[in-house]
Amino acid sequence: MYLDYLIDKEMNRSGNMSRKKKYNLTLCDFNTDRKPTWCPGCGNYGIWKSLKKAFVNLNLEPHEILIVYGVGCSGNGANFIKTYAFHALHGRALPVATGAKLANHKLNVVIVGGDGDGAGIGLNHFIHTCRRNLNMTYLLHDNRIFGLTAGHASPTSARGLKTKSTPSGVLEEPLNPVLLALAAGASFVARGYAGDLLYLSEIIKKAIKHKGFSFIDILQPCITFNKQETYEFYRDKIYRLDEIQDYDVSDLNEAINRSLEKEKIPVGIFYKVDRPLYEDNLKQIERKPLVDHIITDIDINKLLNRYY
Amino acid sequence: MKVSNISWKIGGEAGDGIITAGLIFSKMFARKGYFVVDCNEYPSLIRGGHSSYTVRIGSSEIFSTSKDINILVALNEETVRIHQEEVLYGGYIICDDDSFDIADFKKERKDINYIAVPFSRIISELKVPEIGKNSISLGASAALLNYDIEVLKEVIADVFSEKSPEIVELNVKLSEFGYKYIKEKLKLSAYELEIVKPVNKILVTGNDAVFLGAVRAGCKFYAAYPMTPSSSILHSFASVENDFNIITRQAEDDIAVINMVLGASYAGVRAMAATSGGGFSLMNEGIGSAAMTETPIVIVLCQRPAPATGMPTWTEQGDLLFACHASHGEFPRVIMAPGDPEECFYLTGRAFNLADRYQIPVIIMLDKYLSENHFSYDRFDFKSITVNRGKLITSSSDINEEYNRYTDTDNGISPRTIPGVKGGVYIANSDEHDQYGYSDENSRNRKIMVDKRFKKMKKLIEEVPPPRIYGPHDAEITIWSWGSCKGPILEAMNILNQKEKKVNFIHFTYLYPFDSEIVSGIIKESNKNIIIENNKTSQLSKIIMMNTGYKIKNKILKYSGRQFLPEEIASGIEKIE
Repeated sequence: MYLDYLIDKEMNRSGNMSRKKKYNLTLCDFNTDRKPTWCPGCGNYGIWKSLKKAFVNLNLEPHEILIVYGVGCSGNGANFIKTYAFHALHGRALPVATGAKLANHKLNVVIVGGDGDGAGIGLNHFIHTCRRNLNMTYLLHDNRIFGLTAGHASPTSARGLKTKSTPSGVLEEPLNPVLLALAAGASFVARGYAGDLLYLSEIIKKAIKHKGFSFIDILQPCITFNKQETYEFYRDKIYRLDEIQDYDVSDLNEAINRSLEKEKIPVGIFYKVDRPLYEDNLKQIERKPLVDHIITDIDINKLLNRYY
Repeated sequence: MKVSNISWKIGGEAGDGIITAGLIFSKMFARKGYFVVDCNEYPSLIRGGHSSYTVRIGSSEIFSTSKDINILVALNEETVRIHQEEVLYGGYIICDDDSFDIADFKKERKDINYIAVPFSRIISELKVPEIGKNSISLGASAALLNYDIEVLKEVIADVFSEKSPEIVELNVKLSEFGYKYIKEKLKLSAYELEIVKPVNKILVTGNDAVFLGAVRAGCKFYAAYPMTPSSSILHSFASVENDFNIITRQAEDDIAVINMVLGASYAGVRAMAATSGGGFSLMNEGIGSAAMTETPIVIVLCQRPAPATGMPTWTEQGDLLFACHASHGEFPRVIMAPGDPEECFYLTGRAFNLADRYQIPVIIMLDKYLSENHFSYDRFDFKSITVNRGKLITSSSDINEEYNRYTDTDNGISPRTIPGVKGGVYIANSDEHDQYGYSDENSRNRKIMVDKRFKKMKKLIEEVPPPRIYGPHDAEITIWSWGSCKGPILEAMNILNQKEKKVNFIHFTYLYPFDSEIVSGIIKESNKNIIIENNKTSQLSKIIMMNTGYKIKNKILKYSGRQFLPEEIASGIEKIE
């Protein structure tokens, strides 16, 4: 695809290809033979490219990656990126990813889901996954609308947004995923923008490299159903956190303050801290992944003795 | 008096150490080769409320507890009030007549021997905690049965070993106190059990046996949300997570549980979860996800009286049809319902093989009665549980040029890779998909994939064993039942046989898939059929009718939250005649 070619060229120019490779990975290695079914102009295209680019930059091969998808327009992406994939139930991507990561902690696990999926029906898992700090990366495709059900209000929809299910406007305050992730104890919290894919790709790369649970709230225009939060809307409001002098990513209070901003919208890494990895505290997998343990003929003689 | 079996019951307030006392009593006999079945009943609260524990001991094989009690230990007045009527003619009640007046009770039952043991006085004289009454009563009970106090002391030491040496010493001392009080002060003895071959028997609940079977079968990931009566499986797994390298996790809810199990299984390990009806309700969608992605999972459903919160600490078989139809849509599955802990052990081993080989969800159904009550057995032959993972590809060298995860095969089972295997990349897709895993809503593909999944049923139905027949083939009466009713029914058959009634019993341990030809054959040959179930609507008879067209009219149903007693079943059958 032409866009892939452009991005590959871009990466060559920025010198990323000079890293040691298993072989010359390109974005095309992550393409499937299915063409994306998103609306032309959908923010998903930008995130899709950014993610593939991050994989190439990190020198990861398709079989070394597991992406667990939720249900929604973003979840349909399962068909368009070639890696191991589990297209889970609506809202249930995080626990599936958690189980898979615990079964094989050598896998690079990425979770893809929308705001309805992760901040609505699956919100409980979001909070608890932040608490756990497994080494995984969660990309919340936040278009502030239910796209795949054809335009219902989502938990991140702006107050007053009129949709088919809220003809008089949304009455609730929108949920703030960045603030929630910070409060729940995520060790890496960022926000990206689907309209700036190279910058987004850099954030994704850093998120995957981060040792711990990394969360990226990705602002994503839905050109079909959300006429409020458009590309123009974001273009005027967005600024980059790494352009703020002395911004300290280890300062939780500062991160919280920035996450509360409304007039201008910060993107970039809000918060990053080293916390003990969940999987590092499991003796069972100290020496090898759970999946590599041999299970034929397990001796339960001693265990039976307990029952006398 | 020499007897071949005996029933003992202890009752008091929840928090009086009733369950510990009952377990010690059971172990004390299992250790010396006796057949033991016990049954504990307690309310859903931590302190207060009435709680009881019944232990039946046999010198020959027994299958359940019974209605009649030989010795009742009453730690409070309420216990006498509630359980006095269960005491056999000429039986014994051990109680503390300092704490309450037993004169009125004596008037009601002149036949009973009331044995006054001053629990409270001993406790206050020795300045020990109130809960110590249970150990005094154990010593007194051992004395009444002319049983070796050394065995009791040994079991107390083992059971309390995790606490402290002081606690062990104190309880041993209290049990000796009770023993001597009966032997030396009152100079009493009531019964003596016939001698058995002194083999060391294990004492396990259904939950213990499921856990043991799963560990042997190589279950490496266990997730759960605590829910009575399934929680002891979680505790058991947690206690050996490092010894056997099993990741055991308590998740945020039951939805997370089943999805974690799915993720772990998808990534290549054997994974299981257990819950009760409420948690199982939440897991339903996940069961469908396992079916659609053809990911093997094993779910243990420990039933309790429902709907809603129901009666958390009591028993019922109300979820059978629910399990058979759990989750939306049509897909193959296996439903097992072991009848006792021994079957729990071996069936759990098979559950993992069936799940792996057919890439389907397998549901093992227990109920509170089976989950929490102990049975004694000779040591399980764990070597007979073997591991067969089916068409699992864990190395890229086993992959042919083009790998299609959901390729349509003769038996519907297609090779499954796991993440990390080069060349085996695929989508486990909860959307309907094509043979590669890509979402596909094409009408032709839909039919192919539904048929592919259902092709598994043909081989599965051949492999799943038919219901087991107990008793003579030419019986006048045929009893039909499933799961945990097995024990009380086998006991009831003994009662009826003594009355020279020819009865046999068809017991289902597999309820799905259902072999209608075999079952129709049995029904046709039977004279008189009776269904026995621990539920209101006779769900097994509905399954039989649905699959065979036969309607079994005679039913004995119980839905009080309590398991059947053999005597109830025997008299119920006599009434139907």
